[in-house]
Amino acid sequence: MDDGLFCSCVILRLYCLISRDICNRAVLVANLAPVTALVEARGLVKVYAPKDRKSEPFTAVDGIDFTLHRGEVFGFLGPNGAGKSSTMRMLSCVSPVTGGTISILGMDAATDGRAIRSRLGVVAQDDALDNELTVRENLLIYGLYFGLSKAVASERASELLQFAQLEERAADRVSALSGGMRRRLSIARSLLNRPDVLLLDEPTTGLDPQARHILWDKLYQLKQQGVTLVLTTHYMDEAEQLCDRLVVMHKGKIVAEGSPRQLIEAYASREVLELRFAVTAEAAPADKIREADLCHRLEVLPGRLVCSTDDGERTLAGAHRLGIRPDSAIVRRSSLEDVFLSLTGRSLVD
Amino acid sequence: MTLAIDNGDPANALPRRIGWVGARRALSYHLFRYRRTWRGTVVISIVNPLLFLLAIGLGLGRVVGNHAPTLHGTSYLAFFAPGMLAAAAMQNGIIESAFPVSRATAPGGSYAVAKTTPLDPTDIMIGHLLFMALRIAMSATAFVAIMVALGATRSLSVLLTIPAATLTGLAFAAPTAAWAARAANPEAVGKLFKWVVMPLYLFSGTFFPVRQLPPVLRDLAYATPLWHGVQLCRSLSMGTATLGAALGHAAYLAGLFVVGIVLARHAYRRRLYV
Repeated sequence: MDDGLFCSCVILRLYCLISRDICNRAVLVANLAPVTALVEARGLVKVYAPKDRKSEPFTAVDGIDFTLHRGEVFGFLGPNGAGKSSTMRMLSCVSPVTGGTISILGMDAATDGRAIRSRLGVVAQDDALDNELTVRENLLIYGLYFGLSKAVASERASELLQFAQLEERAADRVSALSGGMRRRLSIARSLLNRPDVLLLDEPTTGLDPQARHILWDKLYQLKQQGVTLVLTTHYMDEAEQLCDRLVVMHKGKIVAEGSPRQLIEAYASREVLELRFAVTAEAAPADKIREADLCHRLEVLPGRLVCSTDDGERTLAGAHRLGIRPDSAIVRRSSLEDVFLSLTGRSLVD
Repeated sequence: MTLAIDNGDPANALPRRIGWVGARRALSYHLFRYRRTWRGTVVISIVNPLLFLLAIGLGLGRVVGNHAPTLHGTSYLAFFAPGMLAAAAMQNGIIESAFPVSRATAPGGSYAVAKTTPLDPTDIMIGHLLFMALRIAMSATAFVAIMVALGATRSLSVLLTIPAATLTGLAFAAPTAAWAARAANPEAVGKLFKWVVMPLYLFSGTFFPVRQLPPVLRDLAYATPLWHGVQLCRSLSMGTATLGAALGHAAYLAGLFVVGIVLARHAYRRRLYV
């Protein structure tokens, strides 16, 4: 071997020994360079072991693929039990995959969980805040997990309290906060390590409408700063507001993928006519509408009929001519809810 | 203001094998919390054992006198105090592990947050046990200081009762943490006190030498970890310790501690990485 090369190798090795941090970071950057996708999941499967002898193993996620790009907001839409939270747990590297692979930031979730987690922010469904500590202390104590110095943690805590609009509550105990404030604090905490990717599991579930809108604003602000957001939701308005791209999950599988607009165009008609009846009414109007071929698709739900159509008013007039007298009728634009309905034959929120 | 990505960030500087770094970070979490909440812990871990020491040692001690044949001429206080030290260490070990671990593993508990950081379940477990060790040692130190002040010790080797009592506490804390990480049920913790802590307290030689028990109960007492803790602390406090016996007791307790750690490691991983 060339002497010069040998020497520089030795020096490099020595340097690595002295400063493992820098070396590891160099390796990380090298790993990242050829990868364009931030997260890549292939054939992902999660099977939970049976809880006791009587029960069966439960397949929560059944072979899904998805790719996430830097800077986008990506959503998992689906009802409870669709496998969204299981997928999120696997993405946070706290739930070993049963099958398939996940690569995050160019690293393998199965072996590099620690290094991946140091660059993730995770907001769980229950905020898991420490009620005995103050708002500010909840941020500072989290910094310890990342080895942040007091000065750095303190500076970031101040920034994040401002971002979460909690500066005035900084010295209050967490137990005194409203649900919306708790969620904002929980998001602020997850940003303390300046993550590359922020994972949010049902970020607005259980919040009142005003608190939801404040939270959407905050998440939008993060998106504009280039943070990659991954969220699960069973609210279609949330998915439409926030997501650049989303997948619809049903029974552990991905049943559709695209931007909200693309999904609506592909799986729903332009307009929807909803006819509401007393829950006890019989199915006769549904049959009449079908026979008259008034709409592209008709879904029969408890107490209402959902007709996909190009012109809601004309369909309604047609129904009136058939002698159908609903309690109320609404014509609206198609939403993701209709996409979900046409894909799975059931409503998102039962 | 940038809240976004920063790859030159200190939070991201993490070698792949971090060894004790993770456990130290987990420990620093508990220390931070303790600085805010320590007042509530003083009564149960220090004041209660002290009241016991005063009431039994000085009160009952006067009744027993110095001439009870089994005490070989020592005062009852000198006999009882190191026993109480070991029993209090056991109790502190269980109090510091059962409730906090059960709370931390429950939904919304602190482990749920810690596991999404660079820490792994073993770091979280070791960090918490280090904190428990510190708490047990703190209480034991306070207790030994009072023993010395009351003249209840007979040898300088009483200083070694602090690590001995800490080891006794940890021999209970580690298996209890393993159990609590699985059970996570406040009622089960109550049962532990009723069925394990109380009988051990009474029959492991804290209040009287187990030699005077009927043979079956006596052999049972010899097998309990608390008896080994009591014997170790007592012999160190009275200056009657022999190297062989002391090492034997310590080995028993250390063995239990190690078994506890192995079980806890498994339990934490199973519970946190669903």
